[in-house]
Amino acid sequence: MSFDVPEDRNYLESHEWTTLEEDTVTVGITDFAQDELGDVVFVELPSEGDTVTAGDTFGVIESIKAVSDLYAPVSGEVTAVNEALFDQPELVNDDPFGDGWMLKINVSDDDTSDSLLTAAEYADQIA
Amino acid sequence: MKYAVVCILFVSDWLRDEKTLLTTTRGECMARRKPPLYTVHDERGAKFTDFGGWEMPVTFDSIRTEHDAVRESVGIFDVSHMSEIDVSGPDATELMQRLTTNDVAALSPGTSQYACITDDSGIILDDTVVYRLDDTEDGPVYRFIPNAGHDGQMTDRWASHRDEWSLTATVDNVTTEWAMYAVQGPDSEPLVSDAAGESVADLSRFSAGEYTIAETTCLVARTGYTGEDGFEVLCPTADAEAVWNALDCQPCGLGARDTLRTEMGYLLSGQDFHVDTEPRNPYEAGVGFTVKLDTPFVGRDALAEINKTGTTQRFTGVMLTERGVPRSGYTVTTTDGDEIGQLTSGTMSPTLSEPIGLGYLNREVADGDTVHVLVRGEPKEATVQTPPFITT
Repeated sequence: MSFDVPEDRNYLESHEWTTLEEDTVTVGITDFAQDELGDVVFVELPSEGDTVTAGDTFGVIESIKAVSDLYAPVSGEVTAVNEALFDQPELVNDDPFGDGWMLKINVSDDDTSDSLLTAAEYADQIA
Repeated sequence: MKYAVVCILFVSDWLRDEKTLLTTTRGECMARRKPPLYTVHDERGAKFTDFGGWEMPVTFDSIRTEHDAVRESVGIFDVSHMSEIDVSGPDATELMQRLTTNDVAALSPGTSQYACITDDSGIILDDTVVYRLDDTEDGPVYRFIPNAGHDGQMTDRWASHRDEWSLTATVDNVTTEWAMYAVQGPDSEPLVSDAAGESVADLSRFSAGEYTIAETTCLVARTGYTGEDGFEVLCPTADAEAVWNALDCQPCGLGARDTLRTEMGYLLSGQDFHVDTEPRNPYEAGVGFTVKLDTPFVGRDALAEINKTGTTQRFTGVMLTERGVPRSGYTVTTTDGDEIGQLTSGTMSPTLSEPIGLGYLNREVADGDTVHVLVRGEPKEATVQTPPFITT
């Protein structure tokens, strides 16, 4: 089975994707990750204004069969949360790189996050 | 995203680096056992999981799709990981009677019963269905179905007690000789009738008989683990693929099997009870109906005493009224925070779209009581409800 790995974003080994526009990073989980989890039934996310730290957990995703932590790709302040996921967690399965996004984070000046994977590197990881 | 907590059924598949090897608790590597149709399922796109030392399909499409097929029409599970042990000979009835909690003497050929296998102290070692097959000139014949990976241990248990009690009976572990399928759902009867070329409508609940499917003689029983009408089919391994194809309908994996049985409150061996990690007796596990104290079986005296004094906990259910999903191992407390039990199973019910859990709560906790389930340490409100959670 092959999975979408869009070229226009970066990835974490723990299967989150990120896009960067100016100072704001958008975060979600990959097609591979949603497929491994199966039917997503619950997503627990921080609130707007909370701060997250690169490499630490920022939330939890649950499918019918499993529970997984979600890891922040960068440090910063949460500026937007995809509240649609609270009522429609299945958006993560249906459109992981689009409507299934999770957080927008305003990257802090002292962000020390490690370099992220390119699409090619991530595609190798899940191959 | 990493699998941080995963229920016991679905130990993070993707983290293992060697597909066909697993490490046992003793640190040895051994090959996983595979069902006869492993390759067929793989080509169909199944995802696999290790269960009881077997590499079994966990999903073919999605748990929700498969679950709904069984509740609304019909689905088929490959349950060839279940064990089969044949017991025959002049003393077969006595051997079965002394090693299972139910009344084996009540079985006539072509019937079956659910039972527990207990140790001297009444702790459940496994649960099983005992079939009585047609007699031979050597006496009665039984086939019982322990859970996955228990075939060696139970064969040894039967053989050693037979020798200890000087009984005349043959004990054969025939697990690898049989494939086992469960065809479950409201439309299962016409499907199995079509495949058999004759009606199975007269086969009553827990009865079994031989039918010809795909030119193969199969043992067909009206049993299952989903709460729906359904059949379990045992066929010789050599004909496994032809019989599977003849019973064509939505293929279902262990994921849907787990959500279906959890909605019904059925016990999962190794998770809702386990001799070491979750030692429970049949009364507290809610299966006291399988215990016939007027029969002589290992554990009878201990269970007679427990039946007199009662148990401090009972197996029951909770439904969360706040967002979250209950899981095995979560603590249950009163609304004041006093611990009253633990969950052993939990999921989001696909039928109800409600979070449900099963576990052992103190006996004074009653249906309708509001309790807290600690979800990653956070108390979430829940209502106690004796399963089944749904009516089928």
